[in-house]
Amino acid sequence: MELNGNVPSGPLAQKWSEYIRHSKLVNPANKRKFEIIVVGTGLAGSSAAATLAELGYKVKAYCYHDSPRRAHSVAAQGGINAAKNYQNDGDSVYRLFYDTVKGGDFRARESNVHRLAEVSVSIIDQCAAQGVPFAREYGGTLANRSFGGAQVSRTFYARGQTGQQLLLGAYQALSRQIGLGAVQMFNRHEMLDLIVVNGHAKGIVTRNLATGEIKAHTADAVVLATGGYGNCWNLSTYGRQSNATAIWRAHKKGALFANPCYAQIHPTCIPRSGDYQSKLTLMSESLRNDGRVWVPKRREDCGKHPNDIPEADRDYYLERKYPSFGNLAPRDISSRAAKEACDDGRGVGPGGRGVYLDFSEAIQRLGQHKVEERYGNLFDIYKEITGEDAYRVPMRIYPAIHYTMGGLWVDYGLMSNLPGLFVLGEANFSDHGANRLGASALMQGLSDGYFVIPNTINNYLAAQQEKRPAADGVESAQAVADVRAGIKKLLDINGQRTVSDFHKELGNLLWEKCGMARDKDGLEQALREIPRIREAFWRDAKVTGEGEDLNQALEKAGRVADFLELAELICQDALHREESCGGHFRSEYQTEDGEALRQDDKFAYVAAWEFKGVGAPPVLHKEMLNYEEVKLATRSYK
Amino acid sequence: MNVKLKVWRQASGQQSGGFEEYEAKELNPNMSFLEMLDEVNEELIQAGKEPIAFEHDCREGICGSCSLMIGGEPHGPEYRVASCQTYMRSFKDGDVITIEPFRSKAFPVLKDLVVDRSAFDRIIQAGGFISVSTGSAPDANSIPVPKVSADLSMDAAACIGCGACVASCKNGAAMLFASAKAAHLNLLPQGQAEKDRRVLAIVETMDAQGFGSCSNTYACESACPKGITVDFIAKLNRDYALASVRTKLLGAAA
Ligand SMILES: Cc1cc2nc3c(=O)[nH]c(=O)nc-3n(C[C@H](O)[C@H](O)[C@H](O)COP(=O)(O)OP(=O)(O)OC[C@H]3O[C@@H](n4cnc5c(N)ncnc54)[C@H](O)[C@@H]3O)c2cc1C
Ligand code: FES
Repeated sequence: MELNGNVPSGPLAQKWSEYIRHSKLVNPANKRKFEIIVVGTGLAGSSAAATLAELGYKVKAYCYHDSPRRAHSVAAQGGINAAKNYQNDGDSVYRLFYDTVKGGDFRARESNVHRLAEVSVSIIDQCAAQGVPFAREYGGTLANRSFGGAQVSRTFYARGQTGQQLLLGAYQALSRQIGLGAVQMFNRHEMLDLIVVNGHAKGIVTRNLATGEIKAHTADAVVLATGGYGNCWNLSTYGRQSNATAIWRAHKKGALFANPCYAQIHPTCIPRSGDYQSKLTLMSESLRNDGRVWVPKRREDCGKHPNDIPEADRDYYLERKYPSFGNLAPRDISSRAAKEACDDGRGVGPGGRGVYLDFSEAIQRLGQHKVEERYGNLFDIYKEITGEDAYRVPMRIYPAIHYTMGGLWVDYGLMSNLPGLFVLGEANFSDHGANRLGASALMQGLSDGYFVIPNTINNYLAAQQEKRPAADGVESAQAVADVRAGIKKLLDINGQRTVSDFHKELGNLLWEKCGMARDKDGLEQALREIPRIREAFWRDAKVTGEGEDLNQALEKAGRVADFLELAELICQDALHREESCGGHFRSEYQTEDGEALRQDDKFAYVAAWEFKGVGAPPVLHKEMLNYEEVKLATRSYK
Repeated sequence: MNVKLKVWRQASGQQSGGFEEYEAKELNPNMSFLEMLDEVNEELIQAGKEPIAFEHDCREGICGSCSLMIGGEPHGPEYRVASCQTYMRSFKDGDVITIEPFRSKAFPVLKDLVVDRSAFDRIIQAGGFISVSTGSAPDANSIPVPKVSADLSMDAAACIGCGACVASCKNGAAMLFASAKAAHLNLLPQGQAEKDRRVLAIVETMDAQGFGSCSNTYACESACPKGITVDFIAKLNRDYALASVRTKLLGAAA
């Protein structure tokens, strides 16, 4: 089956306004009659829930955190892009659009990306009005910085805590609606299944994480904004609780999963130091504005103190290989270059898996004070974790799993192939192609939540009067029974090995075989290993405690069980995509100088997979990528 | 290194709890405190016992989930870090470390080290926002914000809502939290229109949620992982007094 993205016709730059012009409207009196479930209250979910409630819909919002303010969006450091052109440096909607399409290695849906660039401008206005304390110039106007993959300065930021501040803005907007009674908020509730009635998504089953209560909730439409699935690799820059359960269970209920193999590996993270490690900490990419990346030219210098290695013996490999973008080359390229340097035996620090990020030149040029003002909190984090002072000694960094471009398939209106199921933010696949540019995820989450969904969900709802099922209907009862059975199954395994142990095993396998570089043999091996680990999990995992209680061991077990299924799909997708593009680097497909080699004639499509049962081969559906405006080109940052 | 832990275990809010002792052995000093707890939990699970329940997510000091009283201090011995940013190198081999939840009247214990902090959310729901619906915002640069105001507002906005201030306070007051939110918004030109309504609603809700009153001992400031200063408390008191007077004069929230 060929998938239709339902992209409106007409010239690219007019598609969104045309779409809105032809949208069906729900009149204010009717809006009150519609209930919308929003699962996830990170940037995408909070902004959506608040805005839908402002419009008059009845909203029920859910998150597994004890408060919406803790969603993983809070951890974003660097900034958010917008085509404001406040710097007068030649930026425009078109340029942001083009940079994003190119950054995504021409594997994104052109029309979605253009809309994102258009809407970016309003996001900044909205957030500033909410009181997000963006960085300012002395004259009181907004300040900008540059980010990877762009030659203009279009990134807005709030110190090193942009995600926190944007999330607080959205959380406050949501809180206002909760206070007004327009949103009913369910904290500590985890969605464990999707309720599908006559092919439409009409509800969810949740587990109350404080009490263990399992319950069905129904509505006229379901919005998932549950974040990315990078923790499938175990060690990552994600919060430890981030997981794929919501989207995976929706996938098992019929929603197609698109491009699962597109994962982003961020070049600037603190390298791992031991086996006990529970997460990898990101050092914002904004550091690459002023920090210079290098390794020793000679292997024998790797053990030396970095300050004792003279300029002439350092290889500033990004500046050397990509003179026009230098240290600001996109993430996939920078990550791979770090891996190459380390594979070449020139890595530094424990295990030789690290490269230097050096600020000495910036400190000389700007003074320590200025560097402190720009990145002080990042230097503090680095010091807390490593005990080292990066003002004196260069930081050590190494790539880590950071973002997933893949996710549930959605059309132009952000609706999945299951009518009534909408997917926003990192949980969908839509805007970043095979690689996401820095500062674009916050933009996408807020674009989806504040501006897109409020203008698209009405087209679905307008035809849905009186179709909301009762919370105790047949489908709900069945879904509740399935969830109960799944929990009992986990608690009954009663084996020997901890769930974390399985998660580590899976994560290591994926990192080795489906990480920065992939090949046919490795992926086939992973595809033999994953079912074996999964089988061992269901035979030998140890899940303590009871279902009707606050039980973190059980929560984790359910999430890891889902990762064990999703991992297989990730590898299948990576194996089928016989080309290199963005974050998906197949060693068999590279140019002579080691750059990604796309196969546009064969793979210029979105791979959307249909679930056919655990262990059964999924079915591939293709959405062809038709570029009307942009010419497919080889990505060059030289 | 090895340490001994005395951990508060409590099956639920309805049951009473008590301390249990555990040994944490062969630790790497570069481990984080939470990674140490992970290892203890792995052993508990292997022994068929229930792991210690505690909250955590980002593990980099920004989400505000982690909330441990370590050795009697919120977030432990280090200054200006959250529990998740505390490393074993801050302790000595052989130390006995007590770990308790963030106790307070307004934060009931749910299980072990997990408490219910939703009273904070209710303060925000009452007034911790600027009322501006999506789509009604003017161009961002049309409201100039002096850099000093933006910076000071950001200092206040840096609060992660962890509740260390409440846990450190002998009265269980939420003044540092509430004043930081009020200051974040009141310091900005965008926040002026509903400034009085905001402070009145925040203060009223704080009292209604069972938080104690502030007696200016300032334990909160030294417990705060984000360095939020008590100057914001003084500002809230001032803003509150003005708002009360203005409201009386005008007969309604201005
Ligand atoms: C360390 C770090 C730094 C980053 N820095 C930047 C940056 O500078 N700029 C940028 O643009 N992007 C950045 N990103 C990426 C960006 O932060 C995320 O992609 C984005 O915030 C995701 O937002 P979201 O709303 O889609 O999901 P999230 O913020 O992850 O929210 C997910 C929500 O879903 C809920 N949820 C999930 N599953 C369930 C379930 N089953 N039941 C109930 N609730 C559920 C959670 O409780 C949460 O509320 C960064 C990411 C990381 C890891
Ligand atoms: S776990 Fe997020 S602040 Fe500690």
